[in-house]
Amino acid sequence: MVVLLLILIPLIGGLVSFALKEGESAKTWSLLVSIATLAVSLVALALPDHAPSLQFSAGWMGSLGSSFTIKLDGMSQLLCLLTAISYPLIFIATWKTEYRKAYNFYALMLLTQAGLIGVFTSMDALLFYFFWELALIPVYFLCSQWGGERRIPVTFKFFIYTFTGSVLMLIGLLYLYFQTPDRSFSIESFYRLDLPVKDQYFVFWLLFVAFAVKMPVFPFHTWQPDTYEQSPTATTMVLSGIMVKMGVFGVIRWVLPVLPIAAYSWGDFVMSLAVIGIIYASIIAMRQDDLKRLIAYSSIAHIGLMAATIFAETESGLQGVMMQMFNHGINILGLWIVVELIERQFKTRKMSELGGIAQKAPALAILFVIIALANISLPLTNAFVGEFMMFNGIFSSTVTKYNIVFAALAGISIILAAVYTLNMIQKVLYGDANAITAKAHDISINEKFSLGAIVLLILVFGIYPQPLLNLTDGFVETILKEANVAYLIK
Amino acid sequence: MNALILSAISAVIMMFSGFMFKQKSAVRSLAIILLVVVTIANMLEMRGVAFFHINTIGMLAFDRFALLFSLIANLSTLVFFLLSSKDMEKVGVNYSEYFALIFFILSGVVISASFKSLLLLFLGIEILSIPLYILTGSDKRNLKSIEASLKYFLMGSFSTGLMLMGIALIYGATGTFRLDLIEFATGNTSLLLIAGVMMLLFALSFKVSAAPFHFWTPDVYDGAPTVFTSFMATIVKAAGFIAFMRLFDEAFGNIRPEWRLIVAIITAATLFIGNITAVFQQSVKRMLAYSSIAQAGFMMLSIYSLNADAKEGLLLYAAAYSLATIGIFSVLIKMKDYTFDGFNGFAKHQPVIAASLVVFLLSLAGIPLTAGFLSKFYMLRATIAAGSSIWLVIFAVLMAAVSVYYYFRLIQAMYFKDGMEQSIEISQGYKYTLVSVAALTIILGVFPNLLTYWLYF
Repeated sequence: MVVLLLILIPLIGGLVSFALKEGESAKTWSLLVSIATLAVSLVALALPDHAPSLQFSAGWMGSLGSSFTIKLDGMSQLLCLLTAISYPLIFIATWKTEYRKAYNFYALMLLTQAGLIGVFTSMDALLFYFFWELALIPVYFLCSQWGGERRIPVTFKFFIYTFTGSVLMLIGLLYLYFQTPDRSFSIESFYRLDLPVKDQYFVFWLLFVAFAVKMPVFPFHTWQPDTYEQSPTATTMVLSGIMVKMGVFGVIRWVLPVLPIAAYSWGDFVMSLAVIGIIYASIIAMRQDDLKRLIAYSSIAHIGLMAATIFAETESGLQGVMMQMFNHGINILGLWIVVELIERQFKTRKMSELGGIAQKAPALAILFVIIALANISLPLTNAFVGEFMMFNGIFSSTVTKYNIVFAALAGISIILAAVYTLNMIQKVLYGDANAITAKAHDISINEKFSLGAIVLLILVFGIYPQPLLNLTDGFVETILKEANVAYLIK
Repeated sequence: MNALILSAISAVIMMFSGFMFKQKSAVRSLAIILLVVVTIANMLEMRGVAFFHINTIGMLAFDRFALLFSLIANLSTLVFFLLSSKDMEKVGVNYSEYFALIFFILSGVVISASFKSLLLLFLGIEILSIPLYILTGSDKRNLKSIEASLKYFLMGSFSTGLMLMGIALIYGATGTFRLDLIEFATGNTSLLLIAGVMMLLFALSFKVSAAPFHFWTPDVYDGAPTVFTSFMATIVKAAGFIAFMRLFDEAFGNIRPEWRLIVAIITAATLFIGNITAVFQQSVKRMLAYSSIAQAGFMMLSIYSLNADAKEGLLLYAAAYSLATIGIFSVLIKMKDYTFDGFNGFAKHQPVIAASLVVFLLSLAGIPLTAGFLSKFYMLRATIAAGSSIWLVIFAVLMAAVSVYYYFRLIQAMYFKDGMEQSIEISQGYKYTLVSVAALTIILGVFPNLLTYWLYF
């Protein structure tokens, strides 16, 4: 039941918000709803593994071999927690931002949350597809309605990309469905499948394209910087903090265990793509002047590392991906909040027009620097643990012959990340104040609260990551057993 | 049988209602009442209550498939009457005759859903087509309408000739008109028979506007008065598919290898031409005409696969597609400017109607939680189950992704662009009906069993 509540609270909360017809009350209402979701998610964490209330199953579309089955296991606990933590922080951090018809904005945001949690918890392929699309539709409206100047074509491109990917995924899921002996979409039946190699090869691409577009992996990434730049910042936070994780999540849950041979055979190819993407995105990030685009490219690099690590199929690597999915969400949320603050105050996001903010706004500067250091994954920040484990995973991988090459090339990304992140800090915070930044003032209490909370999470999980590791270690073992790595290498 | 005879009687009543009632609203109410009676009679027959017992010597069979489709057709027509019958007044003075013609078409629909003999197939398709020629040309002062009517009539008669020729050839090859008696010696099918099957295939492809027999569609749909385009593009097209399905399933199911590849090519061509051409349209009405070709491509998948899924799916598709298209047309009729730009800022002035339109468009584009998604899903499922045709399925979904482009263009115009307010008359009743049709689209998308249940129980 607890897991059902996680979906129902934001869903009903969102529908109510449509009816509120008044911006201010909708804002308060959505914050309350998101805090309620967070509370439920914390309760779910406190429950022991496999507790009955972490599962919910109901008959639905039985004639199609599908059922409404949702469940919280290690990975979905982690991602639901990320979703649940992010939403209140987003609402608090953007409290001062004005929207036209704010009740619609908040309603769509909450509906997106319901869709995201549905994606992370569904244990039935058809249900998964439903939620996958449902998370997308509100985002389409959010970006097209409240975004920047070029919002309509940019969002449209994003939508067509992801929609094309997801209909191909639908074919892949349908194909798998017809291979199951009991004609069922349930994840257990999928995991029991033992497909011939030839089938695995092409079904792999049908599924992987959808996830690769979402992550995004090079060369499917072209929608991403434009969309991040043009979306309203609150939506960008959802997109980059949580929604990209749908792709990573999808590969881990629906590709690795179901199509182990294909994942093994295509592993080198996908890892090459991912590594190309990492370096390519990092180099482009160094050349950006717009803060939003810089962070967008930096995000492509980080996600690329996760994609490469998944296909290394090692335990420490996958644990690192789990950690990093959570931590990357937190860190990038912090970066976006800073960008939003800067843009609201100075009406510009161009680094060349900023500078010297540190003297006028010391609190902002300190918090920003810590978040930026986490983006470089400096030791004692949360990202260090995850990235270290991921590099370790790639390096010690036994499924690829080129593990050392991949690890070395991906390792360059840390150096490049330091280059563009420190450059950003220097240009935005330090130097002399100019006409635009001369009248800078420090951040207000609600902004301090949300950034402070993020910095707290960064430091806590940087120093003591064990709780996160404990959450997902059982899950990682199961997945690797399903993916049958040991057998494949023979 | 109930629906067939009652709708024929209703047509005759409507023909004379013009003399009895001077007021248009009275004519309209009478038509709606008659249609409700027909629908209820149809439902009763599904529950085993038949009013008429006429020996059709096996030429008509009212099985569940036929009855369920006529129910869907009747209900869709009811929705059409409720939403758009008021707008028929604008077309011309012969208000009651329009209803009479529509009732005649409905009886044609029932025959084309329940025929067991090739003769009755011909009869059904003709009863369905001839009133349509008249309705297309009913706007007598409009040159485009008359041109469309003539074009439709000429092309339609040509395809009818083709169909008759095909029937004659099949009769020559097998010696019977009855679907259940047509037998084939497996292995060496005679050339005569194959030629007959091909002619029937082409004639029916013409009726459902499948490429490359679709050229009449955009012009006719565009030229006809918009109210009747709405009817033509939905219920009549679906009836064509039901006839198609029945004929190829029951009569030619055994020689599938002979015609399957051609159907696959027609399907792919229809999907391609419909979707790609729709992208370039500036008028919403023409876009809907091409979209109807594109949707026909998807429905062709059911002819290609011909299994239980395909039958269920085709019925669901007919319902989903008809509801959504009738809904969009009913709004379009009220607009003065048919271009995409005419819808700019529509959501600001008519939020409720715009929201219902979004549901219809999402349904046509095949987004989950709408009936449109499930019907497409059924089609894909049926095709994959039929095996060895994964390329066709992948092609179909890529085309579905293209279709998102033109459906979402309308959403963009309504929600994200600013425009002048257009004065359109909208009554409260219309609003409620439109919202309930949108709700129905979502309900069918979540619980398709509500509909498919009738097929088995």
